[in-house]
Amino acid sequence: MVDDLYQDLILDHSKRPRNSRVMADANHNAEGYNPLCGDKLKLYVKMEGDIVKDASFVGSGCAISTASASLMTESLKGKTREEALKLLDKFHDLLTTDTPVSKDLGKLVVFCGVRDYPARVKCATLAWHTLKSALEGGQEPVTTDNDA
Amino acid sequence: MPTSVIAAAFDVVKIREDFPVLRQFIHGKPLVYLDSAATAQKPTAVVDAIRHFHEVDCANIHRGVHELSQRSTAAYEETRAKAKQFLNASNVNEVIFVRGATEGINLVSNSWGRKNVKEGDEIVISAMEHHSNIVPWQMLCEEKGAKLRVIPMNDRGELILEQYEKLLNPRTRMVAFTHVSNALGTINPVKEMIAMAHKAGALTLIDGAQAAPHIHVDVQDLDADFYTMSGHKVVGPTGIGVLYGKAALLNAMPPYQGGGDMIKVVTFEKTTYADLPYKFEAGTPNIAGGIGLGAAFDYLNKIGLDKIAAYEHELLVYGTEALSRIAGLRIIGTAREKAAVLSFVIEGIHPHDIGTVLDRQGIAVRTGHHCAQPVMDWFHVPATTRASLAFYNTAAEIDALAAGLGKVKEIFS
Repeated sequence: MVDDLYQDLILDHSKRPRNSRVMADANHNAEGYNPLCGDKLKLYVKMEGDIVKDASFVGSGCAISTASASLMTESLKGKTREEALKLLDKFHDLLTTDTPVSKDLGKLVVFCGVRDYPARVKCATLAWHTLKSALEGGQEPVTTDNDA
Repeated sequence: MPTSVIAAAFDVVKIREDFPVLRQFIHGKPLVYLDSAATAQKPTAVVDAIRHFHEVDCANIHRGVHELSQRSTAAYEETRAKAKQFLNASNVNEVIFVRGATEGINLVSNSWGRKNVKEGDEIVISAMEHHSNIVPWQMLCEEKGAKLRVIPMNDRGELILEQYEKLLNPRTRMVAFTHVSNALGTINPVKEMIAMAHKAGALTLIDGAQAAPHIHVDVQDLDADFYTMSGHKVVGPTGIGVLYGKAALLNAMPPYQGGGDMIKVVTFEKTTYADLPYKFEAGTPNIAGGIGLGAAFDYLNKIGLDKIAAYEHELLVYGTEALSRIAGLRIIGTAREKAAVLSFVIEGIHPHDIGTVLDRQGIAVRTGHHCAQPVMDWFHVPATTRASLAFYNTAAEIDALAAGLGKVKEIFS
Protein backbone atom coordinates (compact mmCIF):
# COMPACT_ATOMS: atom_id res chain seq x y z
CA MET A 1 0.00 0.00 0.00
CA VAL A 2 0.97 3.62 -0.38
CA ASP A 3 2.15 3.74 3.25
CA ASP A 4 5.31 1.89 2.14
CA LEU A 5 6.24 5.01 0.23
CA TYR A 6 5.00 7.70 2.57
CA GLN A 7 6.53 6.41 5.78
CA ASP A 8 6.13 8.55 8.89
CA LEU A 9 9.70 9.82 8.79
CA ILE A 10 9.23 11.01 5.19
CA LEU A 11 5.95 12.71 6.02
CA ASP A 12 7.55 14.35 9.05
CA HIS A 13 10.45 15.73 7.02
CA SER A 14 8.18 16.86 4.19
CA LYS A 15 5.91 18.78 6.53
CA ARG A 16 8.74 20.13 8.72
CA PRO A 17 11.83 20.12 6.56
CA ARG A 18 15.12 20.49 8.46
CA ASN A 19 17.84 22.83 7.20
CA SER A 20 15.40 24.63 4.95
CA ARG A 21 17.05 28.04 4.76
CA VAL A 22 19.33 30.21 2.67
CA MET A 23 22.94 30.00 3.83
CA ALA A 24 24.73 33.29 3.32
CA ASP A 25 28.24 31.96 3.95
CA ALA A 26 28.00 28.77 1.89
CA ASN A 27 31.04 28.18 -0.28
CA HIS A 28 29.36 25.69 -2.61
CA ASN A 29 25.90 25.92 -4.03
CA ALA A 30 23.92 24.60 -6.96
CA GLU A 31 20.43 24.58 -8.38
CA GLY A 32 18.47 21.50 -9.28
CA TYR A 33 15.39 21.24 -11.45
CA ASN A 34 13.12 18.36 -12.33
CA PRO A 35 11.53 19.31 -15.66
CA LEU A 36 9.02 16.51 -15.32
CA CYS A 37 7.20 18.03 -12.37
CA GLY A 38 8.67 21.51 -12.03
CA ASP A 39 10.36 20.81 -8.70
CA LYS A 40 13.10 23.32 -7.97
CA LEU A 41 15.80 23.22 -5.37
CA LYS A 42 18.71 25.41 -4.35
CA LEU A 43 21.33 23.69 -2.26
CA TYR A 44 23.93 25.37 -0.03
CA VAL A 45 27.01 23.60 1.28
CA LYS A 46 29.68 24.97 3.59
CA MET A 47 32.93 23.04 3.37
CA GLU A 48 35.75 23.41 5.86
CA GLY A 49 38.70 21.81 4.18
CA ASP A 50 37.42 18.45 3.06
CA ILE A 51 34.57 18.26 5.58
CA VAL A 52 30.93 19.25 5.08
CA LYS A 53 30.38 21.66 7.93
CA ASP A 54 26.82 22.61 7.06
CA ALA A 55 24.21 22.01 4.35
CA SER A 56 20.83 23.60 3.69
CA PHE A 57 18.30 24.02 0.92
CA VAL A 58 15.35 26.07 -0.30
CA GLY A 59 12.88 25.15 -2.99
CA SER A 60 9.51 23.78 -3.82
CA GLY A 61 8.68 20.19 -4.45
CA CYS A 62 6.64 17.15 -3.59
CA ALA A 63 6.77 15.31 -0.27
CA ILE A 64 9.40 12.88 -1.54
CA SER A 65 11.77 15.51 -2.91
CA THR A 66 11.40 17.80 0.12
CA ALA A 67 11.94 14.97 2.61
CA SER A 68 14.89 13.73 0.57
CA ALA A 69 16.55 17.16 0.63
CA SER A 70 15.85 17.49 4.34
CA LEU A 71 17.25 14.10 5.29
CA MET A 72 20.19 14.51 2.92
CA THR A 73 21.30 17.78 4.49
CA GLU A 74 21.10 16.14 7.93
CA SER A 75 23.14 13.15 6.87
CA LEU A 76 25.87 15.15 5.14
CA LYS A 77 27.17 17.08 8.10
CA GLY A 78 30.59 15.92 9.22
CA LYS A 79 31.17 13.80 6.14
CA THR A 80 34.16 14.21 3.87
CA ARG A 81 33.56 15.11 0.28
CA GLU A 82 34.43 11.57 -0.76
CA GLU A 83 32.10 10.05 1.84
CA ALA A 84 29.29 12.32 0.66
CA LEU A 85 29.70 11.24 -2.96
CA LYS A 86 29.85 7.57 -1.92
CA LEU A 87 26.63 8.04 -0.01
CA LEU A 88 25.05 9.40 -3.18
CA ASP A 89 25.95 6.19 -5.02
CA LYS A 90 24.55 4.05 -2.23
CA PHE A 91 21.36 6.11 -2.12
CA HIS A 92 20.96 5.76 -5.86
CA ASP A 93 21.43 1.98 -5.58
CA LEU A 94 18.81 1.89 -2.84
CA LEU A 95 16.26 3.46 -5.18
CA THR A 96 17.07 1.69 -8.42
CA THR A 97 18.53 -1.73 -7.68
CA ASP A 98 17.87 -4.80 -5.59
CA THR A 99 21.29 -4.75 -3.94
CA PRO A 100 21.27 -5.29 -0.17
CA VAL A 101 20.72 -2.11 1.79
CA SER A 102 23.97 -0.49 2.92
CA LYS A 103 24.28 0.20 6.62
CA ASP A 104 25.94 3.52 5.84
CA LEU A 105 22.61 4.92 4.67
CA GLY A 106 21.27 5.24 8.20
CA LYS A 107 17.92 7.03 8.25
CA LEU A 108 17.99 7.34 4.45
CA VAL A 109 16.83 3.72 4.29
CA VAL A 110 13.34 5.14 4.77
CA PHE A 111 13.33 5.84 1.01
CA CYS A 112 13.53 2.15 0.12
CA GLY A 113 9.82 2.19 -0.79
CA VAL A 114 10.55 4.51 -3.73
CA ARG A 115 11.98 1.48 -5.56
CA ASP A 116 8.42 0.30 -6.21
CA TYR A 117 7.43 3.67 -7.68
CA PRO A 118 9.71 4.18 -10.70
CA ALA A 119 7.97 7.42 -11.61
CA ARG A 120 9.05 8.89 -8.27
CA VAL A 121 12.75 8.00 -8.31
CA LYS A 122 13.63 11.39 -9.77
CA CYS A 123 11.82 13.13 -6.93
CA ALA A 124 14.05 11.39 -4.40
CA THR A 125 17.29 11.93 -6.31
CA LEU A 126 16.89 15.62 -7.18
CA ALA A 127 18.66 16.83 -4.02
CA TRP A 128 21.48 14.35 -4.49
CA HIS A 129 22.08 15.29 -8.12
CA THR A 130 22.21 18.88 -6.98
CA LEU A 131 24.71 17.95 -4.27
CA LYS A 132 27.01 16.39 -6.84
CA SER A 133 26.82 19.53 -8.91
CA ALA A 134 27.53 21.72 -5.86
CA LEU A 135 30.56 19.69 -4.83
CA GLU A 136 31.88 19.65 -8.37
CA GLY A 137 31.37 23.39 -8.62
CA GLY A 138 28.88 23.29 -11.52
CA GLN A 139 27.27 26.56 -12.51
CA GLU A 140 24.51 25.24 -14.78
CA PRO A 141 21.36 24.07 -12.96
CA VAL A 142 21.29 20.27 -12.98
CA THR A 143 18.21 18.44 -14.15
CA THR A 144 17.09 14.92 -13.42
CA ASP A 145 16.66 14.26 -17.13
CA ASN A 146 19.33 11.63 -17.42
CA ASP A 147 18.24 9.64 -14.43
CA ALA A 148 17.29 5.99 -14.80
CA MET B 1 -25.56 11.14 -9.22
CA PRO B 2 -26.91 13.09 -12.19
CA THR B 3 -30.49 12.10 -12.73
CA SER B 4 -31.23 14.34 -15.67
CA VAL B 5 -32.83 13.33 -18.91
CA ILE B 6 -29.48 13.44 -20.70
CA ALA B 7 -27.68 11.16 -18.26
CA ALA B 8 -30.63 8.77 -18.20
CA ALA B 9 -30.72 8.63 -22.01
CA PHE B 10 -26.99 8.03 -22.26
CA ASP B 11 -26.30 4.36 -21.64
CA VAL B 12 -22.79 4.63 -20.22
CA VAL B 13 -22.88 1.08 -18.87
CA LYS B 14 -23.36 -0.25 -22.37
CA ILE B 15 -20.70 2.09 -23.77
CA ARG B 16 -18.17 0.88 -21.21
CA GLU B 17 -18.58 -2.63 -22.59
CA ASP B 18 -16.91 -1.35 -25.76
CA PHE B 19 -13.72 -0.50 -23.84
CA PRO B 20 -12.04 -3.70 -22.59
CA VAL B 21 -9.23 -1.73 -20.95
CA LEU B 22 -11.66 -0.31 -18.42
CA ARG B 23 -12.45 -3.77 -17.07
CA GLN B 24 -9.39 -4.18 -14.89
CA PHE B 25 -8.14 -3.71 -11.38
CA ILE B 26 -5.18 -1.50 -10.52
CA HIS B 27 -3.54 -2.19 -7.17
CA GLY B 28 -6.64 -4.21 -6.28
CA LYS B 29 -9.12 -1.44 -7.07
CA PRO B 30 -11.29 -1.01 -10.19
CA LEU B 31 -9.52 1.23 -12.71
CA VAL B 32 -10.91 4.76 -12.75
CA TYR B 33 -9.41 6.29 -15.89
CA LEU B 34 -9.50 10.09 -15.70
CA ASP B 35 -6.70 10.90 -18.15
CA SER B 36 -8.49 11.02 -21.49
CA ALA B 37 -7.10 14.45 -22.34
CA ALA B 38 -3.69 12.75 -22.49
CA THR B 39 -5.00 9.87 -24.53
CA ALA B 40 -8.45 8.37 -24.89
CA GLN B 41 -9.06 4.66 -24.46
CA LYS B 42 -9.82 2.60 -27.55
CA PRO B 43 -13.08 0.77 -28.24
CA THR B 44 -13.05 -2.80 -29.54
CA ALA B 45 -14.15 -1.57 -32.97
CA VAL B 46 -10.87 0.35 -33.36
CA VAL B 47 -8.73 -2.51 -32.08
CA ASP B 48 -10.55 -4.91 -34.43
CA ALA B 49 -10.07 -2.67 -37.47
CA ILE B 50 -6.31 -2.54 -36.85
CA ARG B 51 -6.18 -6.28 -36.28
CA HIS B 52 -8.20 -6.93 -39.44
CA PHE B 53 -5.78 -4.85 -41.47
CA HIS B 54 -2.78 -6.78 -40.15
CA GLU B 55 -4.41 -10.18 -40.42
CA VAL B 56 -6.27 -9.84 -43.70
CA ASP B 57 -5.44 -6.78 -45.84
CA CYS B 58 -1.85 -5.87 -44.98
CA ALA B 59 0.02 -4.32 -47.90
CA ASN B 60 1.61 -1.02 -48.78
CA ILE B 61 -0.74 1.51 -50.30
CA HIS B 62 -1.02 3.53 -53.50
CA ARG B 63 1.54 1.67 -55.60
CA GLY B 64 0.49 -1.95 -55.78
CA VAL B 65 -1.72 -3.46 -58.45
CA HIS B 66 -2.35 -6.57 -56.39
CA GLU B 67 -5.50 -7.25 -54.45
CA LEU B 68 -4.15 -6.64 -50.94
CA SER B 69 -2.64 -3.30 -51.91
CA GLN B 70 -5.92 -2.23 -53.42
CA ARG B 71 -7.82 -3.25 -50.31
CA SER B 72 -5.45 -1.45 -47.94
CA THR B 73 -5.40 1.64 -50.17
CA ALA B 74 -9.19 1.71 -50.21
CA ALA B 75 -9.43 1.32 -46.44
CA TYR B 76 -6.82 4.03 -45.79
CA GLU B 77 -8.37 6.46 -48.25
CA GLU B 78 -11.80 5.78 -46.82
CA THR B 79 -10.56 7.33 -43.57
CA ARG B 80 -9.66 10.47 -45.48
CA ALA B 81 -13.27 10.71 -46.62
CA LYS B 82 -14.45 10.11 -43.05
CA ALA B 83 -12.10 12.82 -41.76
CA LYS B 84 -13.45 15.22 -44.37
CA GLN B 85 -16.93 14.51 -43.08
CA PHE B 86 -15.88 14.62 -39.41
CA LEU B 87 -14.41 18.12 -39.82
CA ASN B 88 -16.81 19.12 -42.61
CA ALA B 89 -14.01 20.04 -45.01
CA SER B 90 -15.23 21.00 -48.46
CA ASN B 91 -12.88 18.67 -50.30
CA VAL B 92 -11.18 15.38 -49.45
CA ASN B 93 -7.89 16.76 -50.80
CA GLU B 94 -7.83 19.24 -47.93
CA VAL B 95 -7.27 16.38 -45.48
CA ILE B 96 -3.57 15.71 -44.91
CA PHE B 97 -2.59 12.76 -42.76
CA VAL B 98 0.05 13.57 -40.14
CA ARG B 99 1.36 11.87 -37.01
CA GLY B 100 -0.77 14.04 -34.79
CA ALA B 101 -1.66 17.64 -34.03
CA THR B 102 1.98 18.41 -33.21
CA GLU B 103 3.11 17.39 -36.67
CA GLY B 104 0.21 19.29 -38.20
CA ILE B 105 1.41 22.50 -36.57
CA ASN B 106 5.03 21.82 -37.53
CA LEU B 107 3.99 21.18 -41.11
CA VAL B 108 2.33 24.58 -41.35
CA SER B 109 5.06 26.48 -39.49
CA ASN B 110 7.73 24.90 -41.70
CA SER B 111 6.03 24.88 -45.06
CA TRP B 112 3.74 27.90 -44.99
CA GLY B 113 5.76 29.77 -42.37
CA ARG B 114 9.19 29.61 -43.95
CA LYS B 115 7.79 30.72 -47.28
CA ASN B 116 5.57 33.54 -46.04
CA VAL B 117 6.93 34.94 -42.78
CA LYS B 118 9.53 37.68 -43.08
CA GLU B 119 11.59 39.78 -40.72
CA GLY B 120 9.41 42.07 -38.63
CA ASP B 121 6.28 40.01 -39.21
CA GLU B 122 4.21 38.89 -36.24
CA ILE B 123 2.74 35.57 -35.18
CA VAL B 124 0.05 35.62 -32.51
CA ILE B 125 -0.54 32.70 -30.16
CA SER B 126 -2.42 32.55 -26.85
CA ALA B 127 -1.41 32.31 -23.21
CA MET B 128 -3.01 28.89 -22.85
CA GLU B 129 -1.20 27.04 -25.64
CA HIS B 130 0.25 23.59 -25.32
CA HIS B 131 4.01 23.61 -25.93
CA SER B 132 3.29 22.10 -29.35
CA ASN B 133 1.62 25.33 -30.44
CA ILE B 134 4.32 27.55 -28.93
CA VAL B 135 7.67 26.02 -29.83
CA PRO B 136 7.21 25.59 -33.63
CA TRP B 137 6.23 29.27 -33.93
CA GLN B 138 9.06 30.32 -31.65
CA MET B 139 11.51 28.43 -33.87
CA LEU B 140 10.06 30.08 -36.97
CA CYS B 141 10.23 33.55 -35.41
CA GLU B 142 13.82 32.97 -34.36
CA GLU B 143 14.81 31.90 -37.86
CA LYS B 144 13.01 34.76 -39.61
CA GLY B 145 13.45 37.57 -37.13
CA ALA B 146 9.69 37.68 -36.64
CA LYS B 147 7.93 38.50 -33.40
CA LEU B 148 5.81 36.15 -31.30
CA ARG B 149 2.93 37.86 -29.52
CA VAL B 150 0.67 36.34 -26.91
CA ILE B 151 -3.05 36.86 -26.26
CA PRO B 152 -3.42 37.16 -22.47
CA MET B 153 -6.10 35.48 -20.37
CA ASN B 154 -8.07 36.40 -17.27
CA ASP B 155 -8.07 34.58 -13.93
CA ARG B 156 -10.85 32.25 -15.02
CA GLY B 157 -8.62 31.09 -17.84
CA GLU B 158 -10.48 32.88 -20.65
CA LEU B 159 -8.71 34.76 -23.43
CA ILE B 160 -9.18 38.53 -23.27
CA LEU B 161 -10.56 39.43 -26.69
CA GLU B 162 -10.10 43.19 -26.28
CA GLN B 163 -6.38 42.57 -25.79
CA TYR B 164 -6.35 40.18 -28.71
CA GLU B 165 -7.84 42.81 -30.97
CA LYS B 166 -5.10 45.24 -29.97
CA LEU B 167 -2.42 42.71 -30.90
CA LEU B 168 -3.69 42.42 -34.46
CA ASN B 169 -2.06 44.69 -37.03
CA PRO B 170 -0.93 44.65 -40.68
CA ARG B 171 2.25 42.75 -39.70
CA THR B 172 0.24 39.87 -38.20
CA ARG B 173 0.69 36.89 -40.52
CA MET B 174 -0.75 34.05 -38.48
CA VAL B 175 -2.93 33.60 -35.41
CA ALA B 176 -2.47 30.11 -33.94
CA PHE B 177 -4.49 29.06 -30.92
CA THR B 178 -6.20 26.16 -29.30
CA HIS B 179 -9.88 25.35 -29.66
CA VAL B 180 -9.97 23.77 -26.18
CA SER B 181 -7.23 24.17 -23.55
CA ASN B 182 -5.74 20.87 -22.37
CA ALA B 183 -4.67 22.32 -19.03
CA LEU B 184 -7.75 24.42 -18.22
CA GLY B 185 -10.61 23.03 -20.30
CA THR B 186 -11.45 26.48 -21.68
CA ILE B 187 -13.41 26.43 -24.95
CA ASN B 188 -12.32 29.45 -26.95
CA PRO B 189 -14.71 31.51 -29.12
CA VAL B 190 -12.99 30.19 -32.22
CA LYS B 191 -15.34 31.52 -34.86
CA GLU B 192 -15.23 35.05 -33.52
CA MET B 193 -11.45 34.95 -33.10
CA ILE B 194 -10.93 33.67 -36.63
CA ALA B 195 -13.12 36.46 -38.01
CA MET B 196 -11.05 39.01 -36.10
CA ALA B 197 -7.81 37.58 -37.51
CA HIS B 198 -9.19 37.60 -41.05
CA LYS B 199 -10.27 41.20 -40.68
CA ALA B 200 -6.66 42.05 -39.91
CA GLY B 201 -5.52 40.07 -42.95
CA ALA B 202 -3.97 37.21 -40.96
CA LEU B 203 -4.39 33.47 -41.40
CA THR B 204 -5.44 31.12 -38.61
CA LEU B 205 -4.38 27.72 -37.35
CA ILE B 206 -6.56 26.02 -34.77
CA ASP B 207 -5.14 23.31 -32.52
CA GLY B 208 -8.11 20.98 -32.27
CA ALA B 209 -6.40 18.15 -30.33
CA GLN B 210 -8.64 18.62 -27.30
CA ALA B 211 -11.75 19.82 -29.12
CA ALA B 212 -12.21 17.06 -31.67
CA PRO B 213 -13.18 14.39 -29.12
CA HIS B 214 -15.80 16.58 -27.47
CA ILE B 215 -17.19 19.18 -29.85
CA HIS B 216 -18.71 18.94 -33.30
CA VAL B 217 -16.12 20.71 -35.47
CA ASP B 218 -17.12 22.41 -38.74
CA VAL B 219 -14.06 23.96 -40.35
CA GLN B 220 -16.13 25.68 -43.04
CA ASP B 221 -18.47 27.28 -40.55
CA LEU B 222 -15.49 28.36 -38.43
CA ASP B 223 -13.71 29.54 -41.60
CA ALA B 224 -10.47 28.08 -40.22
CA ASP B 225 -7.51 28.25 -42.58
CA PHE B 226 -5.79 25.32 -40.87
CA TYR B 227 -7.22 22.94 -38.28
CA THR B 228 -5.31 20.05 -36.79
CA MET B 229 -6.19 17.10 -34.57
CA SER B 230 -4.73 13.88 -33.14
CA GLY B 231 -6.28 10.46 -33.72
CA HIS B 232 -5.48 9.09 -30.29
CA LYS B 233 -7.55 11.73 -28.52
CA VAL B 234 -10.64 10.69 -30.49
CA VAL B 235 -10.44 7.03 -29.39
CA GLY B 236 -8.22 6.21 -32.36
CA PRO B 237 -4.63 4.93 -32.33
CA THR B 238 -1.50 6.98 -31.64
CA GLY B 239 0.74 8.15 -34.47
CA ILE B 240 -2.00 9.33 -36.79
CA GLY B 241 -3.76 12.65 -37.04
CA VAL B 242 -5.22 15.10 -39.49
CA LEU B 243 -4.25 18.51 -40.75
CA TYR B 244 -7.03 20.33 -42.55
CA GLY B 245 -6.03 23.26 -44.73
CA LYS B 246 -7.88 25.31 -47.31
CA ALA B 247 -6.96 23.92 -50.73
CA ALA B 248 -5.75 27.26 -52.11
CA LEU B 249 -3.34 27.65 -49.20
CA LEU B 250 -2.08 24.07 -49.35
CA ASN B 251 -1.57 24.29 -53.11
CA ALA B 252 0.61 27.36 -52.72
CA MET B 253 2.76 25.77 -50.01
CA PRO B 254 6.01 23.87 -50.70
CA PRO B 255 6.24 20.22 -49.58
CA TYR B 256 7.10 19.58 -45.94
CA GLN B 257 9.19 16.45 -46.47
CA GLY B 258 10.57 14.82 -49.59
CA GLY B 259 10.34 11.15 -50.43
CA GLY B 260 8.20 8.52 -52.04
CA ASP B 261 4.49 9.07 -52.65
CA MET B 262 4.78 12.88 -52.78
CA ILE B 263 6.09 13.04 -56.34
CA LYS B 264 4.85 12.88 -59.91
CA VAL B 265 8.15 12.60 -61.76
CA VAL B 266 11.66 12.36 -60.37
CA THR B 267 14.86 12.86 -62.36
CA PHE B 268 18.24 13.89 -60.99
CA GLU B 269 17.64 17.32 -62.47
CA LYS B 270 14.16 18.02 -61.23
CA THR B 271 11.21 16.59 -59.32
CA THR B 272 7.58 17.41 -59.97
CA TYR B 273 5.49 17.15 -56.84
CA ALA B 274 2.27 15.27 -56.47
CA ASP B 275 -1.05 17.04 -56.15
CA LEU B 276 -2.91 17.43 -52.88
CA PRO B 277 -3.06 15.73 -50.49
CA TYR B 278 -0.09 13.51 -51.40
CA LYS B 279 2.32 16.41 -51.80
CA PHE B 280 2.50 16.50 -47.99
CA GLU B 281 2.60 12.75 -47.38
CA ALA B 282 6.12 11.52 -48.09
CA GLY B 283 6.94 7.91 -47.35
CA THR B 284 4.84 4.96 -46.28
CA PRO B 285 2.37 6.38 -43.80
CA ASN B 286 0.85 4.88 -40.66
CA ILE B 287 -1.58 2.74 -42.65
CA ALA B 288 -2.84 0.69 -39.72
CA GLY B 289 -3.26 3.87 -37.70
CA GLY B 290 -5.20 5.52 -40.50
CA ILE B 291 -7.54 2.56 -40.76
CA GLY B 292 -7.97 2.51 -36.97
CA LEU B 293 -8.78 6.22 -37.06
CA GLY B 294 -11.53 5.53 -39.60
CA ALA B 295 -13.09 3.07 -37.16
CA ALA B 296 -12.81 5.68 -34.41
CA PHE B 297 -14.70 8.25 -36.51
CA ASP B 298 -17.40 5.66 -37.19
CA TYR B 299 -17.62 4.84 -33.50
CA LEU B 300 -18.00 8.46 -32.38
CA ASN B 301 -20.50 9.18 -35.16
CA LYS B 302 -22.59 6.22 -34.09
CA ILE B 303 -22.91 7.61 -30.57
CA GLY B 304 -23.15 11.21 -31.78
CA LEU B 305 -20.82 14.02 -30.77
CA ASP B 306 -23.71 16.18 -29.59
CA LYS B 307 -24.82 13.47 -27.18
CA ILE B 308 -21.23 12.99 -26.04
CA ALA B 309 -20.85 16.73 -25.41
CA ALA B 310 -24.10 16.93 -23.45
CA TYR B 311 -23.26 13.93 -21.26
CA GLU B 312 -19.71 15.12 -20.61
CA HIS B 313 -21.02 18.53 -19.64
CA GLU B 314 -23.19 16.89 -16.98
CA LEU B 315 -20.17 15.02 -15.68
CA LEU B 316 -18.23 18.27 -15.59
CA VAL B 317 -20.94 20.01 -13.57
CA TYR B 318 -21.17 17.06 -11.19
CA GLY B 319 -17.38 16.86 -10.86
CA THR B 320 -16.99 20.58 -10.31
CA GLU B 321 -19.50 20.43 -7.46
CA ALA B 322 -17.89 17.34 -5.94
CA LEU B 323 -14.41 18.88 -5.95
CA SER B 324 -15.65 22.26 -4.73
CA ARG B 325 -16.79 20.60 -1.50
CA ILE B 326 -13.20 19.59 -0.67
CA ALA B 327 -11.61 22.11 1.71
CA GLY B 328 -8.36 23.64 0.48
CA LEU B 329 -8.96 22.55 -3.12
CA ARG B 330 -8.82 25.19 -5.84
CA ILE B 331 -9.93 24.48 -9.39
CA ILE B 332 -7.55 26.00 -11.95
CA GLY B 333 -9.56 27.03 -15.00
CA THR B 334 -13.12 28.13 -14.39
CA ALA B 335 -14.05 29.43 -17.83
CA ARG B 336 -17.75 29.88 -18.51
CA GLU B 337 -17.38 27.78 -21.65
CA LYS B 338 -15.52 24.69 -20.59
CA ALA B 339 -14.85 21.10 -21.65
CA ALA B 340 -14.72 18.25 -19.14
CA VAL B 341 -11.31 18.98 -17.64
CA LEU B 342 -10.85 19.41 -13.90
CA SER B 343 -7.44 20.83 -13.14
CA PHE B 344 -6.86 21.59 -9.47
CA VAL B 345 -4.42 22.19 -6.65
CA ILE B 346 -4.77 21.37 -2.97
CA GLU B 347 -3.11 23.68 -0.51
CA GLY B 348 0.11 22.24 0.90
CA ILE B 349 0.02 19.00 -1.10
CA HIS B 350 2.10 18.55 -4.23
CA PRO B 351 0.30 17.19 -7.31
CA HIS B 352 2.76 14.32 -7.67
CA ASP B 353 1.95 13.09 -4.19
CA ILE B 354 -1.74 13.39 -5.00
CA GLY B 355 -1.21 11.42 -8.22
CA THR B 356 0.69 8.62 -6.50
CA VAL B 357 -1.85 8.19 -3.71
CA LEU B 358 -4.73 8.22 -6.22
CA ASP B 359 -2.95 5.67 -8.40
CA ARG B 360 -2.75 3.27 -5.48
CA GLN B 361 -6.53 3.53 -5.33
CA GLY B 362 -6.82 2.66 -9.01
CA ILE B 363 -7.45 6.26 -10.09
CA ALA B 364 -5.43 7.49 -13.09
CA VAL B 365 -5.01 11.27 -13.24
CA ARG B 366 -2.33 13.44 -14.79
CA THR B 367 -0.02 15.51 -12.63
CA GLY B 368 2.50 18.08 -13.71
CA HIS B 369 2.52 21.05 -16.04
CA HIS B 370 0.55 19.30 -18.83
CA CYS B 371 3.01 20.61 -21.43
CA ALA B 372 1.71 24.09 -20.70
CA GLN B 373 4.33 25.64 -18.44
CA PRO B 374 3.30 29.23 -19.27
CA VAL B 375 -0.21 28.40 -18.02
CA MET B 376 1.23 27.13 -14.73
CA ASP B 377 3.37 30.26 -14.39
CA TRP B 378 0.35 32.46 -15.02
CA PHE B 379 -1.59 30.81 -12.18
CA HIS B 380 1.56 30.79 -9.96
CA VAL B 381 1.47 27.03 -9.48
CA PRO B 382 4.33 24.67 -10.33
CA ALA B 383 1.93 21.97 -11.45
CA THR B 384 -1.65 20.80 -11.11
CA THR B 385 -3.52 17.55 -10.81
CA ARG B 386 -5.82 17.06 -13.78
CA ALA B 387 -8.82 14.78 -14.02
CA SER B 388 -10.04 14.78 -17.61
CA LEU B 389 -13.33 13.10 -18.40
CA ALA B 390 -14.66 11.25 -21.39
CA PHE B 391 -18.05 9.87 -22.33
CA TYR B 392 -17.14 6.46 -20.87
CA ASN B 393 -16.67 7.93 -17.40
CA THR B 394 -19.39 7.83 -14.77
CA ALA B 395 -20.58 9.90 -11.84
CA ALA B 396 -19.56 6.99 -9.60
CA GLU B 397 -15.98 7.44 -10.81
CA ILE B 398 -16.12 11.09 -9.80
CA ASP B 399 -17.30 9.94 -6.37
CA ALA B 400 -14.27 7.62 -6.28
CA LEU B 401 -12.02 10.57 -7.13
CA ALA B 402 -13.52 12.65 -4.32
CA ALA B 403 -13.10 9.76 -1.86
CA GLY B 404 -9.53 9.26 -3.10
CA LEU B 405 -8.75 12.90 -2.45
CA GLY B 406 -10.11 12.39 1.07
CA LYS B 407 -7.46 9.72 1.56
CA VAL B 408 -4.80 12.08 0.14
CA LYS B 409 -5.71 14.72 2.70
CA GLU B 410 -5.68 12.13 5.48
CA ILE B 411 -2.07 11.23 4.66
CA PHE B 412 -0.67 14.70 4.13
CA SER B 413 -2.40 16.90 6.65
